[in-house]
Amino acid sequence: MQAQYIGASAIILEVLWRFWPVWVALAIVMGSSFIYKKKLALYGQLFDSGVGIAGVFICLFWLFTAIFASTISPFDPLGQIPIMKDTLPGAIEPQSGLAYLFGGDKLARDVFSRMVYGSQIVLIIAPAATGFALMVGITLGLPAGYYGGKIDSILSFLANLVLAFPVILLFYLLVTPGIMDTPIPYALAGVFFLFPIIFFCVLFWTRYKNRPDRIYILLGLTLLIGGWIYLGLVFDKDPLKIVHIDPNQLNIFVAVVFASSPGVFRIVRGLTMDIKTRDYVAAAQTRGESPWYIMLWEILPNARGPLIVDACLRIGYTTILLGTLGYFGLGLAPESPDWGTAIKDASRLLRSFIHPALPPTIALMSFVLGLNLLADSLREQSMKD
Amino acid sequence: MFTFIIRRIGTILLTMLCLTLVVFFLVNLEPNLKKLAISQTEMHTSAEQLESWLVDHGYRQNFFARYGQWLGVLPKQPVTDPATGKPAQRFSFCNDPTTPTFSGVLEGDFGCSTKFKTTVAAKLFPALGATGILMLCVLGVMVPVSLLIGILAGMREGSRTDRVLSVASIASTATPEYVSGVIFTVIFASWLGWLNGSAASASQGITFYNFTLPVITLAIYGIGYIARMTRASMVEVMTQQYIRTARLKGLSFGNVVVKHALRNALIAPFTVIMLQFPWLLTGVVIVEVMFRYQGFGYTLVEAAGNNDIDLLLGCSLVSVFIVLITQLISDVGYAFLNPRIRVQ
Repeated sequence: MQAQYIGASAIILEVLWRFWPVWVALAIVMGSSFIYKKKLALYGQLFDSGVGIAGVFICLFWLFTAIFASTISPFDPLGQIPIMKDTLPGAIEPQSGLAYLFGGDKLARDVFSRMVYGSQIVLIIAPAATGFALMVGITLGLPAGYYGGKIDSILSFLANLVLAFPVILLFYLLVTPGIMDTPIPYALAGVFFLFPIIFFCVLFWTRYKNRPDRIYILLGLTLLIGGWIYLGLVFDKDPLKIVHIDPNQLNIFVAVVFASSPGVFRIVRGLTMDIKTRDYVAAAQTRGESPWYIMLWEILPNARGPLIVDACLRIGYTTILLGTLGYFGLGLAPESPDWGTAIKDASRLLRSFIHPALPPTIALMSFVLGLNLLADSLREQSMKD
Repeated sequence: MFTFIIRRIGTILLTMLCLTLVVFFLVNLEPNLKKLAISQTEMHTSAEQLESWLVDHGYRQNFFARYGQWLGVLPKQPVTDPATGKPAQRFSFCNDPTTPTFSGVLEGDFGCSTKFKTTVAAKLFPALGATGILMLCVLGVMVPVSLLIGILAGMREGSRTDRVLSVASIASTATPEYVSGVIFTVIFASWLGWLNGSAASASQGITFYNFTLPVITLAIYGIGYIARMTRASMVEVMTQQYIRTARLKGLSFGNVVVKHALRNALIAPFTVIMLQFPWLLTGVVIVEVMFRYQGFGYTLVEAAGNNDIDLLLGCSLVSVFIVLITQLISDVGYAFLNPRIRVQ
C-alpha cells in the first residue's frame, strides 16, 4: 500500500502547532523576563543584546521541549509501525491519521517523536553531570589553589593525568558493557556523589558553626536529602523508590563527570590563586577566619562570573560528549532516542535516506549553539561590570 | 630553560607510566578478558575452554608481572604448549620469542595485535602515517582560515564584520564532527554529488574527490575556537599604545595591522593551536570511523571494540605522547615567542 503524504507547508505548520506548549511557556517566561529585566541582575542583562536573547530562547526552547515531550510528540519514540518503514517526511500513518512529520527511520519509528524525546535524555544528563563535575572540581580546586604546595602538586598531577587521556579512549575503557559487572562504576559513583554532600556540609559549617539554631537544621537537611539521593543513585536502595537510575546511565554519568571535573579543577585552581592575593582575603585572614571559610565564602563568590560562563560552555561540551558516546554506541541502549544514537543510525544509511539524519543533527547543533551564545553574552555582560 | 624541559620530560614519562598502568588495569578486567577470549576462539566455546585459552596464552599470569613484561623490565616468558610440553610462541603470527627475553616497549617491541593478527608496530605505524597526512591537510586548512577570520574580526572590534564572524565561529564550535560530517555528506555527496561520502579509497590514492569531506569536517570544529582566540588576542593588541602611536604617526590602517599588530597578536593563537591537538585526536577517531579512513582513529576503535590489549596500549601510548609533547612545545614556544615570559 502506498502511504499518503501531506505537503511541505502542511508539515511546517503541523510542526509549529505540535510545539504549542513550548511556545506558550516561552512567551510567558520571555515576556515576564523582558518586563522585569531591570530587577533580574545578570540574567536580566542578557536581554540587552540580540546574542543573549537568542541564547536564552534556544536553551529555553529545548528545556520546555524536554518538559512537555509527551504532549508534543504524536507517537511513541520506541514504537514501530512496520508500514511506515523509511517513509519520507509527511507520510500519514493510516490508523491514527497523524503524520510522521519528519518521516520514519529504518526501524519504522517516528523521527520527529524521537528527536523530541531525545531532548529529555540530553537535558537530564548534561546539566546534572556538569553540576557534579562543578562540585568535584570546586571542592578539590579551592584547596589546591589556596594552599598550594604538596596538595596542589598531587591534585594537579592527577588532573593532568585524566586530561592527557584522549576522551574517546577513556570512554571506550570506562563505558563498556563489561565494566558493569565490576564494582568500578559504583566505586567511582560512590566517590563522586560524596562531593556535593561534603561541599554543602562544609559550606554551612564554616558559616554557621556559632549559630546552633541554624547549623543543625541545615546540616541535618543536607545529610538527609544528600544521603537519600546517594542511596538511590549509588546503591539503588532508595527506601521510597523515587530516586532511581539505570545502571548504564549511571555508568555514562560517572564517565562524563570523570572526564570533565579535571577541567573545572584547573579553572577553579587558577581563579583561586588569582583571588587569594586580594585585599579582602587578607582582611579575612587577619580577622582569623578559617581557611575553608575564606575559600567558600570569600573566594568562591568572587569567582562566580567565570564559573557560570564555564558551566554554560561545559553543558554544551557535555552534550557533545553524550552525542559522541551515542555515535559510538557506548553506554546508551541501542534503541534509545538520544540524538547521538540517532545520528549514528542515520549516518550509516546516508546513501539511501537522508531525512532521518537531519533532525537529530540540527537539534544537537542548535542546543549547543544556544548554550555557546548564552555563555558568550554572559561573558560580555560580566566583563562590563 | 634546559632544566625546565628536562623536568617536564620527566613528568611526561611519569604520566605515561601511570596512564599505561591504568589502561592495562582496565583492559585486563575479568569481563574484558572474557570478551577477548570469546572473540579469539570459535563460536559456542564452553567456559572451561575460554579459561584454558586464557591460561595458554599467558593472560593468567600475575598482573604486575605481565605489565613488567609489556614494559620490558621483566623477561617475556614463552607459553608452554599443552600438547608437547615444550615452550612455544604465544601468538604464531608475530614471532614471539620461545626463550625468555626482554622484549617490551622499552626494547621497541609493542607486542602483538590479536585482532589484526600481526605485530602492533606493523599495524600502528602505517595507520599513524595515514592519520599524519590527514592531520597535515587539516592543519593546512584550519590554521590559515581561522587566523584570517580571527584577524579580520578582531581588527575593528564591534564592527559588522566582527559580529558576523564571531557568531559564525561560535556556530562552528557548536558543531561537533559527527554533526558537520553528516551535514556535509548530505549537502556535497547526496545532493550535489561533488564529493565522495567515503574516504575508504584514500588509502590507495588521495584525491580531492575522496579526501575533502574528512578534512573540512575535522577542520570546522577547530576553526571556530582558534578564530575566537585570535580575535581576542587581536582585540587586545589593537588597544595597545604602540598601535595608537603608529596610527598617529600617519601609517595607513592596513600597514599598522600587518606590520605592528599581527606579529604580537599571533603569539596566543600559537599556544591554542598546539593545545588543539588533543581535541583533534578525538575528532580524528570520529571522522575516520565516519568516512571509513584506515588511520589511527580507526585502529583505536577496532582495538577498543575487540579488547585487543597490546594494540590498545600502543594506541594510548601514542595519543598520550602526542598530547603531552604538544603541551610542552606550546609552553616552550610561548616563552620563545614572548620574551616577557620567563619559564621557571
